[in-house]
Amino acid sequence: MRKVVGLIVLPVVIAFLVSGMLLLIHPFGYPDASDMDDYIIQNAQEETGSNNVVTSVVFDYRGFDTLGEATILFTAVTGVLLLLRTEKRRREGS
Amino acid sequence: MLSKIVRTVTNEFMLFIVVFGLYIIAHGHLTPGGGFQGGAVIVSGVVMLLVAFNSQELKKTLSERVLSIMESTGALIFIALAFAGIGAAFFYNFLVGTPILGRIPATGPNPGDIWTGGVIPLMNLAVGLKVVAGLSAVVLALALFSSGEEMEE
Repeated sequence: MRKVVGLIVLPVVIAFLVSGMLLLIHPFGYPDASDMDDYIIQNAQEETGSNNVVTSVVFDYRGFDTLGEATILFTAVTGVLLLLRTEKRRREGS
Repeated sequence: MLSKIVRTVTNEFMLFIVVFGLYIIAHGHLTPGGGFQGGAVIVSGVVMLLVAFNSQELKKTLSERVLSIMESTGALIFIALAFAGIGAAFFYNFLVGTPILGRIPATGPNPGDIWTGGVIPLMNLAVGLKVVAGLSAVVLALALFSSGEEMEE
């Protein structure tokens, strides 16, 4: 019974999601507001001195975001090393 | 540990991988790439070493203490560079226009000059150091853990 219900419901859900995606997705390459893009493309090289505009956004205009990214990496490394050390301590203790 | 042929080829290739990764890090403000990407390239070389040699062998060269210190140093340099421009704003690019890395390229396509970008190349180097040390430590710790022997303090 559950399999039959699942087989009926699953295509409906998938069709709903795919049709929603196809109908509602924003057209690619046509942003609603392009003021920020235009400003950065026009002024990034002069303001940051960096030819690579993506890097100038990542490390200058949106540096705070990169700080968060670095924090995530730091936390991940700390977590992995801490977890593996706990395992060692537990095995020695037992 | 794999055969002598694999180990020799790995040793030779490691140089090129490190040079390529350093190139991607150092030219982050000119070409696609940057600290994260170049660091990942170098770590792929470390993973190759880990496959060719075993983790116990690699542990003698890369100690977890040194990798931790390297990662923390990278993070501290990054935050210090961000705070250095605090007079204007957090993450202000205070080196643009100064003699150090401060040349300003022409707007639009241009050949590119390595002495541009202000703090961006320095931040790329800091993040690259951080990514190399951090991901190497993770990969090495996981490999040592799965081989039944943990990293030393």
